[in-house]
Amino acid sequence: MNHLKTGAIAALALAAALPASAEWAPERPQEFVVASGAGGGTDNFARTIQAILTRDKLVDAPIVVLNKGAGSGAEAFLYAKQNAADPNKVIFGTNNVYLLPHIAKLAYKAEDLQPVAALAVDEFVVWVKADAPYQTVLDLVEAAKAEPGKIPFGGSQSKDTDETLVALIEQTTGADFKYVPFNGGGEVGVQLAGGHVAANVNNPNENLGQWQAGAVRPLCVFSPTRMAESAPIHDGKGWQDIPTCKEQGLAIDSYQMPRTVWLPAGVPEEAVAFYRDALKKVAESQDWKDYLAKTSQTGAYLTGEELSKFIADSETRTVEVFKAEGWSKE
Amino acid sequence: MGNFDLLMHGFGVAITPMHLLLMVVGVLLGLVVGVLPGLGAPNGVSLLIPLTFTLDPTSAIILLSSMYWGALFGGSTTSILFNIPGEPSSVATTFDGYPMARSGQSTRALTLAFMSAGIGALLGVIVITLLAGWASNFALRFGAPEYFAVYFLAFAAFIGMGSASPVKTVVALATGLLLASVGMDNVTGEVRLTFGFSDLLGGISFLVVVIGLFGIGELLATVQEGLSFRGVSSRIDLRDVLRTIAELPRYWATSVRSGLVGIWMGITPGGPTAASFMSYGIARQASRKGQAFGTGRPEGIIAPETADHSAGTCAMLPMLALGVPSSATAAVMMGGLMIWGLTPGPMLFATKPDFVWGLIASMYVSNVIGVILVLLTVPMFAALLRIPFSIIGPMIVAICFVGGYTVSNASFDLWLVLLFGVVGYLFTRLDYPLAPLVLAMVLGHKAENAFHQSMILSDGSLSVFFSNTLVSSIMALGLALLILPKLLHLGGRLRRRQPVE
Repeated sequence: MNHLKTGAIAALALAAALPASAEWAPERPQEFVVASGAGGGTDNFARTIQAILTRDKLVDAPIVVLNKGAGSGAEAFLYAKQNAADPNKVIFGTNNVYLLPHIAKLAYKAEDLQPVAALAVDEFVVWVKADAPYQTVLDLVEAAKAEPGKIPFGGSQSKDTDETLVALIEQTTGADFKYVPFNGGGEVGVQLAGGHVAANVNNPNENLGQWQAGAVRPLCVFSPTRMAESAPIHDGKGWQDIPTCKEQGLAIDSYQMPRTVWLPAGVPEEAVAFYRDALKKVAESQDWKDYLAKTSQTGAYLTGEELSKFIADSETRTVEVFKAEGWSKE
Repeated sequence: MGNFDLLMHGFGVAITPMHLLLMVVGVLLGLVVGVLPGLGAPNGVSLLIPLTFTLDPTSAIILLSSMYWGALFGGSTTSILFNIPGEPSSVATTFDGYPMARSGQSTRALTLAFMSAGIGALLGVIVITLLAGWASNFALRFGAPEYFAVYFLAFAAFIGMGSASPVKTVVALATGLLLASVGMDNVTGEVRLTFGFSDLLGGISFLVVVIGLFGIGELLATVQEGLSFRGVSSRIDLRDVLRTIAELPRYWATSVRSGLVGIWMGITPGGPTAASFMSYGIARQASRKGQAFGTGRPEGIIAPETADHSAGTCAMLPMLALGVPSSATAAVMMGGLMIWGLTPGPMLFATKPDFVWGLIASMYVSNVIGVILVLLTVPMFAALLRIPFSIIGPMIVAICFVGGYTVSNASFDLWLVLLFGVVGYLFTRLDYPLAPLVLAMVLGHKAENAFHQSMILSDGSLSVFFSNTLVSSIMALGLALLILPKLLHLGGRLRRRQPVE
């Protein structure tokens, strides 16, 4: 009897959970195409979602994760273009989906993909070496003004989020840094801890280990409000103790990197709706909250209008920076 | 002796029936992905990561690292038997391993490779145990100029004593550097040499080239020789394994030297592939008498294998202590660490001693398990060579193409395998060395990035490569390795000429 009851409840729950539009459900194996190499931030993002979707049986079809990180992720987006209207290819990226075509001549356009949802935003923090003389971000800016082009500022990749942010700081304040691109946030973190560069703008979890050890020190975070409370990390300070850059007098309201999920353009609306709902359940799960806490990201489930607006805003602001730096290909 | 106590504690964590089982499973899985060219350890490990979410982090890392060791062992198998490197780091093993296997001594070649690999891993893990704290501080001193110096050293050590004609070596090297620069450049963000082909955006994968050059190239050469590859009639006997093990102590100097090279490249972090090439080059230079390298000399197998594994094990140290992975597999494992909620960094050793020392202790145990398991497979693998060419030839072609495809699931790569097969065939026929091309492909892009970064930091001044003791001494050592052999050679010729005059 008990089995019957449980079955009935489960069926009811399922019926309630299924929205009216979910006539579509994946039948063939799903490809999760990741716009980064294995082990990168986007890769962890996709694999965590894959694990939750599979374990909670939100997607019954098998899910295969493919890493297509070549050309700063362009490989994955080209793949989406080649597979237009195929609902079995889900693409995982950041803001690179809509920013890359502005700086490099590539065979795809942002319109070749359609956004499904954003699930988190990763913050950017200005870090300096623990024994550096700078106490606020303005100290660092003043130092760069005193010695134009002399202070080395490390970052991950070229013309990517990090260099864009450094350029934005320069354009806002008139300072002049010497930007040195490295290969990935972990590497930049070590370069800073070793004193080979003066500062970086790593995401929180890229520099967490070095902060725990007291090798580096955060100055400020480019977020509209302070970050979520955490256990003390070093010297009694946690993420919530980092002032926002605006508090310190740097006129940049916010600079964040969304973690986004896309489908190829031309996919039927039912498939988009299916993934929108599945990802909403992921975003509400405890595992997802654990993942956000472990990687020090901020949860932000955006979809539909909200997401389009977020993307449009972020694209307009960034393209202005590109144009001022002369990186724009248009 | 703090480290020793911690290690003993680690053994307590690592040796449980569950963990021993995970090690055996990991090593076996690793062997499978290592033997299949192209699949490789990074892919294998990333496939396993979602499965480890239910395990506790220590068990998970034991499973993943055991798989890595298994893949390193397995990678040498196809290098020796079919001239197809299963892993990038086992390319150098083909140079002498394949000729030895073809001369009917496949059991000997495989045993030498596996035993040296085990010894290398053991040397590496001993260094990790002793130097855990010191080595990570040392690695912090490496900025862009120091990185470039390390790559330069690897180039110099391998090229300095090249036996082929210098002009041909330069041609091969330049071809490799050219191929390495295809795709998006990290430092400038520009797309280079793709000629509008989207497939070339990610550059030309080193593994695809190697599978073509070695696997298909060798096959074409065999076909031209009139299908002489008719199954080598080698005796297959477990006693041969023991006899080879008994012969190992004779090569202790090569083992120790290669182990040191590997440890250096693992910590600095140049990576296992560079280590195996560098060690092979140095072994070739150090040997004075006997048959030539490249014809199946035991040292030619011992040197790259020992260095490869000691570098592979030591590469775990910068990953755990600094968060800098020095191999693709380490990068994937690091992604796993973050998902499990562990932060690689200097504090990991202090905050999670169970995890770190459990892993280090497991390296001792799983490498011993690995050596035993692979030695048991030697007769089985060696028997593969008795199969006539008409059967094994088509199989090798299939393996090469499957391997080439698996690297990045791109059908474009199949054309590259074919193209580089022809290139490999022509190179061999025309007596151009393949090794400098391969080395340039592995290190070219990294060396270029490090050089470019150094130039940005120094505003274009070359003096940055001699700006402190560390970088100057590495550069000086590299220059010495590049020039000294030529000088000695010249000096020897002059001295011999004097009596005549």
